[in-house]
Amino acid sequence: MKQKKLLWFLAGSLCIGSGIGAGSPPPAGGGSISGKVTYTGTPPKMKPIDMSKEPSCAKQHTTPVMTENVATGPESALQYVVVYISAGDTTGAAPGEAARYDQKGCQYLPHVLPMQTGQSLQIYNDDQTSHNIHPLAKVNPEWNKSQPAGSPPIDTKYEKPEFIPVKCNIHPWMHGYFAVLSTSHYSVTGEDGSFSLKGLPAGKYTVTAWQEQYGSQTQDVTVGAGDTKINFTFKALPY
Amino acid sequence: MGRVFAVVLTLITLVSVAFFVMHTWWLPPDISTTGPAIDRQLEETLIGTGVLFLAGQLILAFFAWGASDKTPGRKMKMFPGGPTPLVTAAIVVVGIEIFTLTFVGSKAWGAIYLTPADAGALRIDVQAEQFAFYFRYAGPDAKFGAVHPEKIDDGSGNYFGLDPANDVDARDDIVAASLVVPVNRQVALTLHSKDVGHSFYVRELRVQQDFVPGLDIPLHFTATQTGKYEIVCTQLCGLGHYNMKAYLEVMSEEDYEQWLKTQAGQ
Repeated sequence: MKQKKLLWFLAGSLCIGSGIGAGSPPPAGGGSISGKVTYTGTPPKMKPIDMSKEPSCAKQHTTPVMTENVATGPESALQYVVVYISAGDTTGAAPGEAARYDQKGCQYLPHVLPMQTGQSLQIYNDDQTSHNIHPLAKVNPEWNKSQPAGSPPIDTKYEKPEFIPVKCNIHPWMHGYFAVLSTSHYSVTGEDGSFSLKGLPAGKYTVTAWQEQYGSQTQDVTVGAGDTKINFTFKALPY
Repeated sequence: MGRVFAVVLTLITLVSVAFFVMHTWWLPPDISTTGPAIDRQLEETLIGTGVLFLAGQLILAFFAWGASDKTPGRKMKMFPGGPTPLVTAAIVVVGIEIFTLTFVGSKAWGAIYLTPADAGALRIDVQAEQFAFYFRYAGPDAKFGAVHPEKIDDGSGNYFGLDPANDVDARDDIVAASLVVPVNRQVALTLHSKDVGHSFYVRELRVQQDFVPGLDIPLHFTATQTGKYEIVCTQLCGLGHYNMKAYLEVMSEEDYEQWLKTQAGQ
């Protein structure tokens, strides 16, 4: 995987370096930005969550679910970091398909759900118990809704960009985020910390990486026809 | 009609009393050192109120039977002096009953709730919140870290508002969602509420105590039998009240120490 990315990077540099494509405009959406988010220092220990008070959820997990506020992977990778174009993106309307958020096993899946402003958001309760989802929005309108087992999904949307912490008013350990973004170019890092923003026309962009505990970092990037590599590093503290 | 009423009333009364006498729906066996005193008090209260209940209902049935006598010219007997002395007498009799029960009953309660815990009791901090209980142990250093309400963050598991970055005492505090205690050792809880009123109730311990936001309420008990028991909230606290529970796990001293070690490692 890593090698393949490196290859793309080399191919991209070669294209720009050798002047191929100069004179003819690069095909629209040809460029991309990719890289990895890592940490330095010692991140806090994630704690196992005891769900014994909710047996229908507890029995869905063979190993304990851990807290996810600083989720890490191998080689100092940082997971659940939202990497997105924060300036320079001129692409338009929200996609037609809905962003899906699941309450399953008394956990929010995915932990961080990215979506575009105005995009439809559907929230499912897949559990045999009631949930009460409460996104703690400050810029957008705040609401909380009870969703008993077997209820139809909640269909909603957010109009303004914001990182919204989400909690369940019934199960205090449940915790996630909505990342409402005004761009369609975003990526959430996986366990390997990698991200990729594809389909970018050549130009200058500001890229922001956001982590729920460590906040935001930005980098200015000039994108050409190929893939542009950037990395983010967050400083982790044990407490 | 009066006779039918009298018979039905007598039957209902006798059947109701029979359920109590036969202990048809009864408390689960007691597992605490203070439980027997509460059970004895409960029994005395039930006998006292039961005798009065039986007498009251049977007297009512007796008069209902008598009043159904429709013999012409028969004179109805009234309470001497009419309704005013009747109501006054009722208030005095019921008042004496209630005050007696309160006075006698509060002795058993006070002997448990108004005595301080032993110096060597195992101290555990309890945080109640909508809709779960969390329990904090001091950890290897035997010191509880200070609590900072503004630092409470359920998402990262900081249910008590500890500040491990600046407070060394807080770093080894153990927080669990079950109350795990060793058998035959006194446990002294301190009850806090994060939000609204809650209640700590374990039937088998015969212990029930409200959480009041803003107060640190002490509560102690000694469990005498190992096992797993339910802790339920018995103060209506919101939408998820029905689902607010945790488990009390009473273990042998060795199992408890092992559990603590496992928790400290996490």
